[in-house]
Parts: sequence; C-alpha cells; structure tokens
Amino acid sequence: MGVTRGWRSALAGTLAASLALAVIVAALGPALTVIPIEVLRLVVGALLLIFGLQWLRKAILRASGWRALRDEDSVYEREAAAGRAAEHEERAGIDWYGFTVSFKGVLLEGLEVAFIVLTFGSTQGSIPLAVVGAVAAVVLVVIAGIVVRGPLSRVPENTLAFAVGVMLTTFGTFWGAEGAGVDWPGDDASLPFVLGFVVLISLGYVTALRRRRLAPA
Amino acid sequence: MSLIKRFGLFWWDFIVGDDWRVAVGIALALGLTAVLATTWASAWIVMPLAVAAVLWMSLRRVAG
Repeated sequence: MGVTRGWRSALAGTLAASLALAVIVAALGPALTVIPIEVLRLVVGALLLIFGLQWLRKAILRASGWRALRDEDSVYEREAAAGRAAEHEERAGIDWYGFTVSFKGVLLEGLEVAFIVLTFGSTQGSIPLAVVGAVAAVVLVVIAGIVVRGPLSRVPENTLAFAVGVMLTTFGTFWGAEGAGVDWPGDDASLPFVLGFVVLISLGYVTALRRRRLAPA
Repeated sequence: MSLIKRFGLFWWDFIVGDDWRVAVGIALALGLTAVLATTWASAWIVMPLAVAAVLWMSLRRVAG
C-alpha cells in the first residue's frame, strides 16, 4: 500500500490497527489469567492444533507438488496493479483505499499474533517473556523490510509455513492433551519427542504424497 | 449480508479455516483423551496418533 497508494495512508492504517489491537489485548489479556489453567490449556491446545494443522496441510501440499508454490513476485505484481487501479477517494486528508487495506491487514494478522503470544505466555506462566519474543520478531521484520525495501520474494515462504505449522501442532498436541487430563511421561521433557514425531510424520506425508503424484495412473 | 452474519463468517474463517473436518476431528480426539485419561495412564498416546490421522485424512481429500 505504501508503494502503490502512498505512505501516509498506509502508515495511518497501520497505526490505527495497532491502537485497535492494543485495546483488544488490554481488554482480553487480563481475562485469560482468571481462567483455570487446565481449561486454558485445553482451549488453547485445540485452537493451536486447528491453526497448526491448516498451516501444515498447505505446506505439505505445496512441498509435495499437489499445490503450486506461491510465486511472491507475481502475487506482489497482482496486488500492486489492483492497488493502483482502485478508485482514489480522499477522507480526512488520507487515501481511504490505502488506509482500509492497511488497517485490515495489520488488524487480522496482528490478531492472530496477539492470540498466539497471549496464549503461549499465559499457559507457560510468563506473558512478559512471550511479549519480548514477539517484540524481537517485530523489530527483525521491520529491519528486514527497511533493508530490502521491496517485496520479500526471496523469503523461503513454504519452509517458514512448514516450521510454523510444526511448532503450532506440537504445542497444540502437548497442551491439548494436558488440558484433557493427560500426564505426559517426563512432563515438559516429552515436548522434543512430540516435536520429532510431528516433523517425522509431516516429512513422511510429503514423501508419500510426492510418490502418489508421480505414480503412473 | 448482515453485520452479524459477516461477524460470524469472519470468526468461522479465522478459527475453523478451509477444512472443518480438522476442527471436528481434533474436538473428538480431545474428548476421547479426556475420557480415557481418567482410567488409563498412557492416554497421552491418543493425541499424537489422532493428529497424524486427522492430518492424513485432510491431505487425502486434496491429494486423493
């Protein structure tokens, strides 16, 4: 939006969405601390599993060739063309299209990040540590954006999606089962084994689906 | 489309995503785990196996 519609409207949309996110987090964050930890782990585990399996599913389908890998250059060109072609409507001195697209993008993606940070922090008993991790990630992404100054087409998008899917699925499995009343052998020490299991089945599915795609009909 | 319907669709899309069977499978697996955990110390095995099965079934729907 900044490149195609002007930085003023894009930054205004980003700022407005960040403020809206801060209000949502300030309202919902403290509420999480009064929920019993077992219930929190069950609900958080279930949601992380649903999110994680969706990420993993798409990444496996792309890695095995059943879905095309995202061509970030063509996606950027398509979105930029749509941005340039959209009607110019000025409200309160800013381009309304650039503002709303930036606002929606930051709010929706930010909501998912806020959910993950709050739930990871509250289930492990350290929201500040989770916030530090999230802030560090934001700083890194901003620095990368400033350095690259263009579409991040060289980022290995599917590898990142695969890693995120594996992590969300691992923590979702662990916390979901704990919330359902299970005692993991060795408690937290079993997490690396769950992680290994998720990685192994995911890579196994990539191999199986690749063979299935290449097999003669 | 009414505001309430759009609000509902947003949350459906945000949480459930493009394959509702995954959400149903996970809910059933967690329910089964909760029942078994009351009497079986090794009920932890249910969730990893359920995750593997749900993921495979979801993949097979696309890559039949």
